[in-house]
Amino acid sequence: MPEFISIFFLELYKNDPKWNFIFFYDSSQADRVIEGFWMTLELAVICVILSVVIGVVGAWMQNQPNKILRLLVQGYIQFFRNTPPLIQLLFFYFALGQFTPTYSPDGWLEIPIISNVGWAIISLSFFAGAFNVEIFRSGIEAVPESTKEAAESLGFSHFQTYRYIVLPLAFRVSLPALNNNLVNLVKTTTQAMAIAVPELLYQMVSIYNDYSTAMNASMLLLFVVYITLVAILVFGIHSWERSVRIPGYGA
Amino acid sequence: MTTNNWTPEQPIVSVKDVHKSFGELEVLKGISFDVMKGEVICIIGPSGSGKSTLIRCINALNDINSGSIKVHGLEVNDPDLNKLELRKNVGMVFQQYNLFPHKTAIENIMMAPMLVLKESKEEVLAKAEALVSKVRLDDKKNSYPGELSGGQQQRVAIARSLAMNPDVMLFDEVTAALDPETVKEVLVTIQDLAAEGMTCILVTHEMGFARELADHIYFTDRGVIVEHGPPATFFEKAEDPRTKEFLSQIL
Repeated sequence: MPEFISIFFLELYKNDPKWNFIFFYDSSQADRVIEGFWMTLELAVICVILSVVIGVVGAWMQNQPNKILRLLVQGYIQFFRNTPPLIQLLFFYFALGQFTPTYSPDGWLEIPIISNVGWAIISLSFFAGAFNVEIFRSGIEAVPESTKEAAESLGFSHFQTYRYIVLPLAFRVSLPALNNNLVNLVKTTTQAMAIAVPELLYQMVSIYNDYSTAMNASMLLLFVVYITLVAILVFGIHSWERSVRIPGYGA
Repeated sequence: MTTNNWTPEQPIVSVKDVHKSFGELEVLKGISFDVMKGEVICIIGPSGSGKSTLIRCINALNDINSGSIKVHGLEVNDPDLNKLELRKNVGMVFQQYNLFPHKTAIENIMMAPMLVLKESKEEVLAKAEALVSKVRLDDKKNSYPGELSGGQQQRVAIARSLAMNPDVMLFDEVTAALDPETVKEVLVTIQDLAAEGMTCILVTHEMGFARELADHIYFTDRGVIVEHGPPATFFEKAEDPRTKEFLSQIL
């Protein structure tokens, strides 16, 4: 931290004790913020990727002739879409966590093989994944039957029709809705705090519990960080959308 | 396999007593006709008479309930039919063009030969370039379907089917969605094809075109062939009252 910044915020705190940006002049608090930020970023990136994978696989399973497979996906969607993510987190960590095997590095400690961070990743990915399945499914259904028929009449196999015609078109249709859901996912990572995942919100709350004067400053920092994170994500998806835009197709 | 015991003296397409129902509704009630290699056949008739269903059955886009359709010696009504083999022989052009919207005109033409026939890219590119010239769209080959007019899209669709080197071309009301001026550019393309000896089966409402180009005209109504004959006799000496009524309204 450059010295002039530390001096500036220390002076600010002395003049106005409501604005204690303690993490800008106290390096051990700064470390907590940085740690929290990396944890949030890790959660966000891994969950975004996993939830998209779950979405693609789920949408594929929903298009299979096997009825049991489709029923399974339908049940999964209903469960994860219609229950609050906070309850899911608590359920995974506290309920399922009891039944996961443990290991013991020193013969005394018993450490579960899935940590709280692990459960947060699993729970949040499945939560957002349930929405992604529906998003991709609607994209696939938006491809006109007649376009698929044209491919078939040219001798395309079922797989080739999906790989080269249906999926590229469905993907483009899905992007705006996917964008929305991923934004929601990034914001929902804050709920991992409930199972003590040391992400940014957890760290900031800890800081202002220790230093009550830092509350306003902590909140302000939280807003700024999340607005920036989400803005970067949205910018990324928008430029992706632009790069796959088809001239003269759609609006 | 039942493949290719076909000889040029036999009809290239042979339709025998074909019945087809959609649920309760019987659309084709015993249709039979033969097409020799190089012939141009026009199927005309009021909407809902089963014309489109008939030619979709020739390409196995619809299956039939009973009867037989043989294309180049391949039985379409065989449950073990190799649809790929059939569709390599039969090209199909649709009323709504059904181009792949995310591919340029030339990519639309190149896809099937590369994916289905596994031809090399150089080979396919040369063939596609020639086809683009043939349908007079050299300046539009890198345009996306959304940037082309209806008539241009339809000509790309014709070129796309031709790229598979089919023996028979099916045209399903290919000018029905076009304005009168662009109808002509598409008809000229089909006319060129017919002049080169391509076997063509057209479902059409273009009576002038049928009269000029067809070797044989079939009039279908309510799932049966009511009257047929070469254009001269068909248009001048129609005997069936239903045919007369239809012709009097349309000519």
